[in-house]
Amino acid sequence: MPDRRIRIIVAKPGLDGHDRGAKIVARALRDAGMEVIYTGLRQTPEQIANAAVQEDVDVVGISILSGAHNTIIPRICQLLRGAGMEDVLVIVGGIVPDEDITGLKESGVAAVFQPGASTQEIVDFIRSHVKQAA
Amino acid sequence: MAKTVNPDARKVGALKERQEKFTTLSGVPVEPLYTENDLKDFGYERDLGDPGEYPYTRGIHRTMYHGKLWTMRQFSGFGSPEDTNQRLHYLLKQGQTGLSIAFDLPTLMGYDSDHPLAEGEVGKCGVAVSSLDDMETLLAGLPLDRITTSMTINSPAAMIWAMYLVVAEKNGADWKHISGTLQNDILKEYIAQKEYIFPPGPSMRLVVDSIVFSAKETPRWNPISISGYHIREAGSTAVQELAFTLRDGIEYVDWMRRAGLDVDDFAPRLSFFFNSHNDLFEEIAKFRAARKVWATVMRERFGAKNPRSWLCRFHTQTAGCSLTAQQPYNNVVRTAIQALAGVLGGTQSLHTNSLDEAWALPTEHAATVALRTQQVIAHESGVASVADPLGGSYFLEKLTLDTERACYEYFDKIDAMGGMVTAIEKGFPQNEIHEAAYAYQRAVEQKEKIIVGVNDFVTEEDRPVDILVIDEAIARRQREKLAKLKKKRDSAHVQRTLEALGGAAKTDRNLMPYILECVRSYATLGEMCHVLRKVFGTYEEPAFR
Repeated sequence: MPDRRIRIIVAKPGLDGHDRGAKIVARALRDAGMEVIYTGLRQTPEQIANAAVQEDVDVVGISILSGAHNTIIPRICQLLRGAGMEDVLVIVGGIVPDEDITGLKESGVAAVFQPGASTQEIVDFIRSHVKQAA
Repeated sequence: MAKTVNPDARKVGALKERQEKFTTLSGVPVEPLYTENDLKDFGYERDLGDPGEYPYTRGIHRTMYHGKLWTMRQFSGFGSPEDTNQRLHYLLKQGQTGLSIAFDLPTLMGYDSDHPLAEGEVGKCGVAVSSLDDMETLLAGLPLDRITTSMTINSPAAMIWAMYLVVAEKNGADWKHISGTLQNDILKEYIAQKEYIFPPGPSMRLVVDSIVFSAKETPRWNPISISGYHIREAGSTAVQELAFTLRDGIEYVDWMRRAGLDVDDFAPRLSFFFNSHNDLFEEIAKFRAARKVWATVMRERFGAKNPRSWLCRFHTQTAGCSLTAQQPYNNVVRTAIQALAGVLGGTQSLHTNSLDEAWALPTEHAATVALRTQQVIAHESGVASVADPLGGSYFLEKLTLDTERACYEYFDKIDAMGGMVTAIEKGFPQNEIHEAAYAYQRAVEQKEKIIVGVNDFVTEEDRPVDILVIDEAIARRQREKLAKLKKKRDSAHVQRTLEALGGAAKTDRNLMPYILECVRSYATLGEMCHVLRKVFGTYEEPAFR
């Protein structure tokens, strides 16, 4: 059992303002007992990686519906690795077509939750995959 | 009206009901039966009136669709201006009767295609338009004096509209005759869609400037489309969509009057835009209540004398958020039901979503099926032959009255806060919507609400449909075009027009003439917004906890 609550940053990169999903997921994770930091809208990859380091999170959850995921998400993963956060669990939710998932996973994403995914699936995935620093 | 046969008709006795509670999609409880007893305070003249008569519950025209069908206006835009221009010509050839243009996210946020934040976003969610040059390409060969064009643009609406006006001017189309709609509804951006640039005060000033300019220069143009669509997509209930939209409308009227205009000088050109979701009767009730509440507000609250000021004219779009990525062909059925609600609710124009839009922007094939859905409703279903054909239904009339009452309750709350701008700064509508969205999500996860193909009737399937992919090469070509334009234009002149805009922004002069001059000099959208960002500052919303 982890000796502290799971810490997660819910990040909203890209130019779109559709925050319905990000806010619902943030709240569901909080209800599931996790500590959630929501970044707000239109964060750059640099801002997201910096926040992840500063908040010392276990999980980075990225919500994106703008279609720019193939440009933005690999960059976030690279910045996280560069900052020594190799163990952080990166998950993605939003409008991501099937054919883009392999590429995102190769860049370091652990899972992509597509439209229709339930918040319970997300909670379960995080609990079974998170690696917490001692 | 016949007398109720059995006053206990609602009591279903020992029958076992198939679910614990029955509610509308928005969670409003519904009874198993509605009768005359539900309409005790109901009066035909006060609550309905004939179609074309105050308070317009039954429709804004006497004969509704006998004279003219609703405008079939499919929202379209992707990739480069060349790509979208082709799609617009295609849609007109297929019998579409009005145009509606979607812009990409950099354009919506006031960034040119070559801005660092535009990387990965160019042409993805709509068409990229950075300058007059792009707008000329986008509108090439379209008869601007004969078609009506709707443009979904908000924070930089004044700049994009100026580009449209200058193209019309160059093509010899008279501003007095051109017609169309600018969304230009910044309040719902703060509330729901969140594509804002400047703080509310300067944003409202840009809206007021464009409406004032329009009242004088483009009398057939709708300079604003006060929108509930995005509020609903963000997860609101039907009542919240209605109440926040109409309260936004009240806010605009207040600001226009403070700018010194008489309500009847601009109110006839205000237009609205609603969502049509899955619950057929709830949606029809919402549309009918919208007309009644707006007519009452305009006549009683604002003292408008011109009957055209009382009319709630609206566009409807079927609910994007109702589309499922799973079993996408089911979306054709959902869209047909939602479109039917729009027509039975008396809409002036309609967009039907395409079956593949939970995945991406629609392919040409999917967009054609969506347009055909409207054509089937118009020409085969028979519903367009009679005005307000469901008027008098006990259930519908009760729902319409309840929706109206709930809408006024929200007005009272927002009035007490000092108006919509203050309510937004407090996060009130944002929180109400979030609570509703979360409650709905929980109801779906607990299977209190069934979504076919998602939480029930699930099937294993392969990749279900072909989807539209936007080529990254578009962004490169857009950047090259911008570089060429910047070499070709008279830079000193561009600089002068931009400085004049910045100077005027610091005064209370109407900014439209300054923006038009910038556009004529081929200043880019990003350059104009940059100048205004420096004067007005930018907006960050209150933190979500």
